[in-house]
Amino acid sequence: MTLLPRRATAAATALTLATVLAACSATGDDGAPTAGTSPSSPSAGTADDLPTLTIYSGRNENLVGPLLEDLETAVGTDVEVRYAGSSELSAQLLEEGDRTDADLFLSQDAGALGALANAGRFVELPSGVLDRAEPRFRDADGRWVATSARARVLAYDPAQAPEVEGMTSIDELLDERYRGLIGYAPTNASFHTFVTALRVDRGEEGAREWLEAFADLDPQAYEGNNPVLDAVDSGQVAIGLINHYYWYERVAEEGADAVSARIHFLGADDPGALVNVAGVGVLAGSDAEQSALAAVEFLLSEEAQQYFADATAEYPVVDGVTTTVHDLAPLAEGLAIDLNSLDSLAETLALLDEVGLT
Amino acid sequence: MTTRVATASPARLGRGAGTRRPPAGLLLPALLAAAIALLPIAYLLLRTAEAGWPAVWDILARERTVTLVLRSLGLAAAVTGAGAVVGVSLAWLVTRTDLPGRRVWAVLAALPLAMPSFVAAYAWVSVVPGIAGFWGTFLVLTASTYPYVYLPAVAALRGADPALEEVARSLGRGAWATWLTVTTRQVRPAVAAGSLLVALYALSDFGTPSLMRYDIFTRVIHTSYRASFDRTPAAVLSLVLVAITVAITVAESRSRGRAEQARVGSGTARRARVVRLGRATPLGLLLPSAVAAVSLGFPAAVLAHWVVRGQSAGVDWGRLLPAAGATLWVALLGALAATALAIPVGILAARYRGGGTRWIEHATWAGHAVPGIVVALALVFLGIRFAQPIYQRTPLLVFAYAVLFLPIAVASVRAAVAQSPPSLTEVARSLGRSPMQVVREVTLPLAAPGVAAGFALVMLTAMKELPATLLLRPTGMDTLATRLWTETGVGAYAAAAPYAVGLVVLAAVPTFLLSQFAGDDGARVLAADRAAGASPPGGAR
Repeated sequence: MTLLPRRATAAATALTLATVLAACSATGDDGAPTAGTSPSSPSAGTADDLPTLTIYSGRNENLVGPLLEDLETAVGTDVEVRYAGSSELSAQLLEEGDRTDADLFLSQDAGALGALANAGRFVELPSGVLDRAEPRFRDADGRWVATSARARVLAYDPAQAPEVEGMTSIDELLDERYRGLIGYAPTNASFHTFVTALRVDRGEEGAREWLEAFADLDPQAYEGNNPVLDAVDSGQVAIGLINHYYWYERVAEEGADAVSARIHFLGADDPGALVNVAGVGVLAGSDAEQSALAAVEFLLSEEAQQYFADATAEYPVVDGVTTTVHDLAPLAEGLAIDLNSLDSLAETLALLDEVGLT
Repeated sequence: MTTRVATASPARLGRGAGTRRPPAGLLLPALLAAAIALLPIAYLLLRTAEAGWPAVWDILARERTVTLVLRSLGLAAAVTGAGAVVGVSLAWLVTRTDLPGRRVWAVLAALPLAMPSFVAAYAWVSVVPGIAGFWGTFLVLTASTYPYVYLPAVAALRGADPALEEVARSLGRGAWATWLTVTTRQVRPAVAAGSLLVALYALSDFGTPSLMRYDIFTRVIHTSYRASFDRTPAAVLSLVLVAITVAITVAESRSRGRAEQARVGSGTARRARVVRLGRATPLGLLLPSAVAAVSLGFPAAVLAHWVVRGQSAGVDWGRLLPAAGATLWVALLGALAATALAIPVGILAARYRGGGTRWIEHATWAGHAVPGIVVALALVFLGIRFAQPIYQRTPLLVFAYAVLFLPIAVASVRAAVAQSPPSLTEVARSLGRSPMQVVREVTLPLAAPGVAAGFALVMLTAMKELPATLLLRPTGMDTLATRLWTETGVGAYAAAAPYAVGLVVLAAVPTFLLSQFAGDDGARVLAADRAAGASPPGGAR
């Protein structure tokens, strides 16, 4: 046997928490090897001594990392990015309050932006910046703006449900032959947004009617859009309710031949074809507000919009930019739903709770 | 040599060791540890108080809250029961029988600790979709947590004095009756402490049930962040978990109550009589191989499949290596911090068992079933207000690991101290050593393997931690778990696979050491014997 345990213990007893903490402050953060994920070293501002721009990104690093490197060049200041989930970051920003280091918040969905806007955590964006986006893609009070749009679609297994290709309305899903064969993500913001759109479009009673009929078909609940797509792709379910770009990402990852699932866009005026957004807001009390505003401007520039269209297969929010890579169906004008009404989540959740879709 | 029978001693201990006042050198650090562990709960109370009673009552009285609490308790009970049976059976097979290859099985049985349960869950549900639901959750949680019982059970079985069993047999008890009345009693404290970890893991886990699409209580907490961006319901519901945890730990400590100090005299380090499996050997081999196949073989095969499939395959070493380095570094510091805090608490809990010290121990456990995201937000709230200079720096992340995993270390330290003979500390005291000298020179060296095991256990658990790491890590730092999260977030399973493999390989190292510590127990007892014979106990080894 070795003496290691004994020595380890002696060491452990010698160490109080204080010395552990002191040890790691002494080596500083550089003591921990960094993955070089931030576009620059966290050294003090090099470019014109502008304060570092700190971005909290609820969007995945694999999706927006390259764009944020371009952003750093365009804005001309050091940029630090922290990645986590949109809702976790929004909770973190609410806990941090006005002490936060964050200057900019990139969110995966409108709900997280709405929560921070309602808590008074965002500054009002100048109209020159806001006006770049189409009116339906910005907060009515100008506190956040969309950077890209995504559509709800039906993913389907052509072997089990080829008829999906001809569907125009979500009502066509309410068919006995799909019992137990529809996958959805009940805890995912994208599904909540769809239900809110359903409520706005059809009224509370109309929405309840659809949801009850849907719940009656024993739909299969998954944790997110990707697991739903997995289930469709493996034939476990015939149809899945997802956002369009998950399918495009999958095809890019595995090659078109390896993905058996197909997607279908419903009719433009159907709640099932709702268009939701990812967006950005500038934190109140930011010490780099000028850079933050410049960053928002960059995200709405032609270059960045082209990036979203091509790299993440999303819809641009600025007129005149279209994808050069993907075979994206043109985004219809769609439902006239105020995106801010999409933060009436409490009612949506209560309704889902009542009909048992949680 | 005197060998006192375990059940005869508590009364004496109760008066002797139990009511002595603990030295300030132990009490103060233990109080500090308890205070640190209670920080997240203070935050939860603050958030709840803001909401006001009517709102709190509304949240608690929802039918769904009640249903899901019961369902979570059911799951925790099932996983704990199965984990205890599997853990003790495997421990018995590798320590007390002539099972072929039992040294290899002894290591394999500990290794599932290295497999993150969310990876195992994903592997299962992606290949066998029909397993989703209660049975899948039950299977994966049991397979990934039973080592919490197995490891202490191995140590206890190796450390238990076979003389007691021999006496029972010579007095006419049969093999089964001896096992039930003597052996299980000797291992009960160790098994109870391990089972507690299993139960709280099952209560607090979110990844496995959500991948398995089994709706349990933690999901309500997560949904309230994800869907309503409201922190109040999450806080109220987390307090429900705290209450449940306190109830469970109090029950566990009662169950330990009289059965503790299984060994008071120095005993002997002889190997227990080996049970010959004979014709039952194939049956004996079936259990460890089935457990290894379910908990290790299957997930590993799926990981291998991920690595070879997909266009994004190919390892980004420039990312993998720094992430592995960062994982090791922060987990190492976290384990050091948690172990340092756990030592005084564990010694108090084992040696000075009064009402006050019992509550110190309960305090360190109270927050253990609260989901990581809640603890992370508590430390965000407190950190940015009261520890701004270390906010989103390594020290606060290390602190978070200490808060999250302190009970794991406490359980190991306490069990190890409780198993070492208190008579030695009494001898040292009678020879004029001060209480703190006794701690340094007798108690800790004797408990060393247990302390080291606690350290290793915290380290490998911290490596797999995700929610607190995401919110509290230094900007730009990636661990293997955060990279895994990033890659799976866009469905890039092939790109995720190397990080998952890296995590399993790194975590396998402390796990392997753990299985060795457990095996070393015989040697530890031998050392205890020598210590009993030699006058300077600290230098016995």
